[in-house]
Amino acid sequence: MDATTLPSRLAETREDFLALDVRDRLQLLLEFSNELPALPARYADHPDLLERVEECQSPVYIFLEVDEGLVHLYATAPAESPTTRGFASILAQGLDGLTVDEVFAIPDDYPQSLGLGEAVSPLRVRGMTGMLARTKRQLRRRLAA
Amino acid sequence: MSAEFDSAAKFAEYAHPERLVTTQWLAEHLGQPGLVVVESDEDVLLYETGHIPGAVKIDWHTDLNDPVVRDYVDDEQFAALLGSKGISRDSTVVIYGDKNNWWAAYALWVFTLFGHEDVRLLDGGRDLWIAEGREITTDVPQVTPVEYPVVKRDDSAIRAFKDDVLAHFGNPLIDVRSPEEYNGERTTAPAYPEESALRAGHIPTAASVPWARAAAGDGTFKTRDELDAIYRTEVGLTDGDDVIAYCRIGERSSHTWFVLTHLLGFEKVRNYDGSWTEWGSAVRVPIVTGADRGEVPGR
Repeated sequence: MDATTLPSRLAETREDFLALDVRDRLQLLLEFSNELPALPARYADHPDLLERVEECQSPVYIFLEVDEGLVHLYATAPAESPTTRGFASILAQGLDGLTVDEVFAIPDDYPQSLGLGEAVSPLRVRGMTGMLARTKRQLRRRLAA
Repeated sequence: MSAEFDSAAKFAEYAHPERLVTTQWLAEHLGQPGLVVVESDEDVLLYETGHIPGAVKIDWHTDLNDPVVRDYVDDEQFAALLGSKGISRDSTVVIYGDKNNWWAAYALWVFTLFGHEDVRLLDGGRDLWIAEGREITTDVPQVTPVEYPVVKRDDSAIRAFKDDVLAHFGNPLIDVRSPEEYNGERTTAPAYPEESALRAGHIPTAASVPWARAAAGDGTFKTRDELDAIYRTEVGLTDGDDVIAYCRIGERSSHTWFVLTHLLGFEKVRNYDGSWTEWGSAVRVPIVTGADRGEVPGR
């Protein structure tokens, strides 16, 4: 993966994870999980706008907004699913305010590069890969509309 | 150094009441020497958000599975894991978890492969404990490692492999997956990620009994009478039957294995952990689609 194409926030997140040992990576993921912002009120009443991420075991929904060319990703997942919330939070924070082109340029295997395979198992990391893929797909649909 | 058994009246109806404890029993026995409480969840981080005071965590994926070969940990890995959690061979282990004890039952089944004698489930699991407003904490206990002996894993009694299933036709098979998976409409539970089974359907003659039917609304196990009505009356299991249960990777079926073995007293029940992710991708094994069980395949 070419580090130069990775938006700075996502690159920092990766550096932070890789600097930790496996046990502490779980703690950092938990911190991300706790930081997942609540859905803005304007979407809370519109569950129809949210797309379910089928690749995740837990019920997680994402919604993308493009405002003056900048992308904002919102996600919601239950408190009983902290791992999924953590994945969503990494992407929501990492994508926030990026341009459309920057989002498309995020490598699809970014989730695999965080060193979480050993900490949470590769199977679970697939959930975040699905989330990123659906984000890009939503963005493509949005632009085509 | 085994803890006393829970004498709850509901449990007395089960074949092996000593395999369950109530939340009340656990609250009264927390901290007792010789008792180790283990949380085992689907979500690897759930324990970190709060757990029963003193409980240690064992993760089905990162702790109980071998990281390379599709198999459980070996004798030495298991001994090292349990020792590091402060579990001795004679400890009473009470396991609880999320989702009706789905993954807790899986952990209990793996403990049983290694012959750990006194291992029990918390009836109702994590959700009931929390629903009752009982204490949880994010404090991780300071565990003093102990010596757990290296014990040979015995796969013969409660674990079935693909060849065992092929040789089993004519005996009862229980498919504990969702109806959609059984019928062949999909290869994973609704809302669960695809896990690469190439074909969909069920093993011929398998009865469909989704695992969660054994759980009541509050996540506790149904009563003896209710469970007999499902597995004996409806499915037709009778004492002495040789039963194999399967699901997708062997986790949901270890819950059913627990019900059949410890609650209903069937003495020969095996869990086919290869389950649909193996059978649905294996070459030239028989598969039936639709709601009918199908016939015993010709040999």
